[in-house]
Amino acid sequence: MTTTVAAPATAAPVATPKVRRGWTQHGMVFVAPFLLIYVAFLVWPTLLGFQMSLSSVNIAGGNNHFVGFGNYLEAFGDPRMWHSLWNTLVFTVLSTVPLVFLGLVFALLVHNLRFMQWLWRLSFFGPFLLPSAVVSILWLQMIYPAGYGLINGTLGTDVLWLGDPSVAMWSMVLTTVWWTVGFNFLLYLAALQSIPQHLYEAAAIDGATAWDKLRSITLPLLGRTTALIVVLQLVASLKVFDQIYLMTGGGPQDATRPIIEYAYDVGFTGYRTGYASAVSYILFALIVIVSLAQLRLFRKREEVAS
Amino acid sequence: MTKRFSWGQVVLLVIALALAAVWLAPILWAVATSVKPETETTKIPLQWFGSEITFDAYALVLGTGGIVKWAINSTVTAVIVTFLTVLFSAMAAYGFARTQFRGQRALLALILAGIMVPPQVLIAPLFAEMVALGLVDTWWAIILPQVAAPLIVYILVKFFQDVPPELEQAAFVDGAGRWRVFFTIVLPLSRPVLAAVSIFTFITTWNNFLWPFLVSTDPNTMTLPVGLANVVQGTFGLRYAQIMASVVLAGLPLLVVFVMFQRQIVRGVAHTGLAGQ
Repeated sequence: MTTTVAAPATAAPVATPKVRRGWTQHGMVFVAPFLLIYVAFLVWPTLLGFQMSLSSVNIAGGNNHFVGFGNYLEAFGDPRMWHSLWNTLVFTVLSTVPLVFLGLVFALLVHNLRFMQWLWRLSFFGPFLLPSAVVSILWLQMIYPAGYGLINGTLGTDVLWLGDPSVAMWSMVLTTVWWTVGFNFLLYLAALQSIPQHLYEAAAIDGATAWDKLRSITLPLLGRTTALIVVLQLVASLKVFDQIYLMTGGGPQDATRPIIEYAYDVGFTGYRTGYASAVSYILFALIVIVSLAQLRLFRKREEVAS
Repeated sequence: MTKRFSWGQVVLLVIALALAAVWLAPILWAVATSVKPETETTKIPLQWFGSEITFDAYALVLGTGGIVKWAINSTVTAVIVTFLTVLFSAMAAYGFARTQFRGQRALLALILAGIMVPPQVLIAPLFAEMVALGLVDTWWAIILPQVAAPLIVYILVKFFQDVPPELEQAAFVDGAGRWRVFFTIVLPLSRPVLAAVSIFTFITTWNNFLWPFLVSTDPNTMTLPVGLANVVQGTFGLRYAQIMASVVLAGLPLLVVFVMFQRQIVRGVAHTGLAGQ
């Protein structure tokens, strides 16, 4: 009988929200499969990466000694790290400007055209659907070469698009703009379609020209979308790797090597996994700062709006 | 609909046609090169059409086998990733949006924080983990990390929070359990958003390069982008018609799918991309 004495005291509060207790277990069961994979393949590697960045571990898992912030100190004194970080920042600035601007121009154009929507969407967004390897091989083999390359051949020029250190980064930007502008184009197009039509009708009654409408209705209402697109684009550009690795391998003379490629080189070719993790986490910190700035930016805007 | 003619439209149309031509030119150049006889691919001055249209390059590329195998690998891995991502993310999102359990807020915060983690900076620790698990050169090494997509959970949580709970409550009154409600009411109601995130996931997975490139060294497990990247540095050398035939074969499936499902894809990308707003 002693076992039942305590029972009423605990059973009573639990018994009333009986349904809720059932939910309690179910809620966890719904979340569990994702959570398991998320912890195993995102949370754990994030922690492991930080631990590795504090060690001298190599790719085979050997030589695993704690070195504190030694790798970070080494990285801050490593001219090749600075150079690859610089390349990444240059690429980010050079690519973000045309990617946002052209995305807007294409969207404004297509939004105001009444014919052949499928053609515009296929032309401007189509390249975004191509794998980076396809884009890189195409531009490396048939667009950039001298002579039979599409650009030099059509314009009759002789530019060393990938071989000249002062041109190569611009070529990376050009290919990237062609490849990914379609994403920003679609985001702008969706934003344009959500602008209420009656604003334009009211403006038309007031005798506004097309230019007036663009300047005082469309562009102001796209401000929020533009802020979002700029942040998404900054983060995407900071992570650049595929097309540069596949087209120039980081050359000529390290002129295009981005920081992710440097981390890859150090870790997977040079076998210094601990140091590679430290280099990666420097970029990681930069991306987190941009993302947090975005959060603050949008929160402030919401406060202002409400 | 009255079709109105205006000079403004004509000007816009001309500009759009010119830009579209520039944007399509690289793809058309790849197609044009792929159907030329191999000896004419590097002729100067440029010629868009060779002396004849031949599909020899395609026959040679398909005959060597690699590309077909890689396309199958890519399709299988992308389908599995998409299925698991959407199923697990939808379940998790429903758990967060519609049920209560201990530690819920902390867990959701943990998942939202993950949106900021770029997979590219995790290559070294993830690779070490895959070595420890013995998964290198398997499909699971390619698949599992891509299923851990917190952004999709976030998008679906926001969606489920806006679904009116009355529909579910009616089913609960009829005695349906959580799981039945989820699979027979919530999921069918969410078909548009599920289609959107599925398309987004499929495209990203199909095109993913860095991670599959690191974990597959065996040509038998390589995905299409990885196999292709290896080929360029390898066997095809300077046979441009064959290289371009590979490029066209690898690029065409998604372009065809796009033309067929344009509306859904446009909505899917816009929806997923704008989720940060």
